[in-house]
Amino acid sequence: MRLKRNVHEADAIAVTAGGLARRWRLGEKLIEGWIYLAGGLAIVVLLGIIILLVKEGMPIFFDTPPWEFFFGTKWYLVSEPPTFGIMPFFVATLWVTVVATAISVPIGVACAAYMSEVAPDKLRETVKPVIELLAGFPSVVMGFIGLMLLSPLVQSAFNLNTGLSGLTAGIMLAFMSLPIIISVSEDAMRAVPDEFRQASYALGATKWETIWHVCIPAALSGITAAVMLGVGRAIGETMTVLMVAGGALAVPVSPTEPMMPMTAAIASGIGNAVRGGLQYQALFAIGLILFVLTLFVNLVADRVLERQKRRFQR
Amino acid sequence: MFIRKSIKWFIFPLLALIAVATFISGCGGDSPAAPVPANGTGLTGSISIIGSNTVTPLATVWAEDFMNMHPDVSIGVSGPGSGAGIAALINGTTDICQASRTIKQSEIDDARANGIEPYEIQVASDALSVVVNPANPVSELTIPQLSAIYTGKITNWSEVGGNDATIVVLSRDTNSGTHVFFKEHVVQMAGLASEDKSLEYGPKVLFLPSTEEGVSEVARNPNAIFYPGLGYVTDEVKPLAIKKTADDAGVLPSVATALDGTYPIARPLLYYTDGTPTGVIKTFIDYCLSAEGQAEVTEVGYVPLK
Repeated sequence: MRLKRNVHEADAIAVTAGGLARRWRLGEKLIEGWIYLAGGLAIVVLLGIIILLVKEGMPIFFDTPPWEFFFGTKWYLVSEPPTFGIMPFFVATLWVTVVATAISVPIGVACAAYMSEVAPDKLRETVKPVIELLAGFPSVVMGFIGLMLLSPLVQSAFNLNTGLSGLTAGIMLAFMSLPIIISVSEDAMRAVPDEFRQASYALGATKWETIWHVCIPAALSGITAAVMLGVGRAIGETMTVLMVAGGALAVPVSPTEPMMPMTAAIASGIGNAVRGGLQYQALFAIGLILFVLTLFVNLVADRVLERQKRRFQR
Repeated sequence: MFIRKSIKWFIFPLLALIAVATFISGCGGDSPAAPVPANGTGLTGSISIIGSNTVTPLATVWAEDFMNMHPDVSIGVSGPGSGAGIAALINGTTDICQASRTIKQSEIDDARANGIEPYEIQVASDALSVVVNPANPVSELTIPQLSAIYTGKITNWSEVGGNDATIVVLSRDTNSGTHVFFKEHVVQMAGLASEDKSLEYGPKVLFLPSTEEGVSEVARNPNAIFYPGLGYVTDEVKPLAIKKTADDAGVLPSVATALDGTYPIARPLLYYTDGTPTGVIKTFIDYCLSAEGQAEVTEVGYVPLK
């Protein structure tokens, strides 16, 4: 039956080119529709998440006024009545992100410069996939490494009371955002046209001077985008900070103190929250703030990356 | 052409299948599996147990024993914390909630609003131990001293007879029933003359996501203090003798001192179900309460009912 139909089909193709065109157009339309749907779905899901976050998170501001919520320093979730003030979490997120960025950016950019300008092709072709593989490391594994290996080291190196601190979490996050920073900034530096380098060499500049004064400035917007993406990763990371940051509720004045970033606060409270309850709303409101923060960072990164692309497109 | 055709024929049934599967999984969500008489041991079904991190080691042993006796029954145990378990019970996503604290009135109200009637069964008891590093010279503390340490009034070990070192105060996070129980009975000193309901954990307290993490930090850190259940106490940490007030004698946590009531911070370990348990859930809980089940309690390190 099927064979017969195929034979028939083959005949039809052979005989009328018009039929073929029509059939093609139908297939094209189908696939076009499918892709359109897939693209639309992504937007629908994103909108759905935003609506959900706003719907579940906003009602908390009827109970706790926004300024008390943002600037309050007391967070007692299971007390009667509960108090919600997220200042400690916000500052903790800032500290952890600052530490992670301060460590990962110099290392990441230097590594990218080495891979794009100095390393032989063969080395780069093996090292780059390995670094990109590092990005796929489960965060719970990183948390475990931080807990078992890094926190005793940090404790003895800085003579702290405990190794569970924002600093430890920041170092772990630096390792986690390194792959993104290296990969994206390496791409940006390789996109710098070769004429730039040749011109620099022609003027008698050394390799180092070429990298420092020509390649990095030319790729700066791409590198900035890479840094922003890395920062976005550091802000949003949960499991690692939950495990190693220590989880204290005081507003941290230095990164060596134990602290609880916003993501960890959500994770450690959500299991206990009853759908629709005050705690649930408060945690969703933190989620909303986090979402706005990472969205902003990613938007900036996107903008900058777009500008980099346009610059070398002629 | 042939390939394109076959892909098309493949995609549509697949889509239909996905749609149907989504629909079915959406419908048949949380109804507990009813016991169906089968030929083997006669018991089939699955039970989900969510709740206290403290009860988890015990519930896991019970579940394994029970599944050995009834191979057609499957039991899943997870221990994010009592609060999480009670929330799961209220949301109707678990069959049994295990808890290391009693359910609050507000939680009962929430449950009733969802058409769920929490039914409480005590399955064992626990002596909540307070542990420090073996290198720490302090060997006993009073409950008011513990309260002062956890609220941040005492910050140095020398204030309670130890070395001149800052106390690293470890606690479980708010998901934990132990967090709530310790807050009421130690931080707020329930039942003592000095009871003060307004006391809270101090801002320097570290809130940890699991009991194991706290125990391993105490094992590593000579200045740390933590409160695990008796079942989590290992040789690497030193339990403290607890005194109600300075005039009382210090009592070390153990099965014997919890049973005779001399250890001041003993607490019940509970199961909550939706209404009185029936079917396979009832059979399982009956096993937990049986002589064999209670023998396992001592084995794991908790305190049996009798």
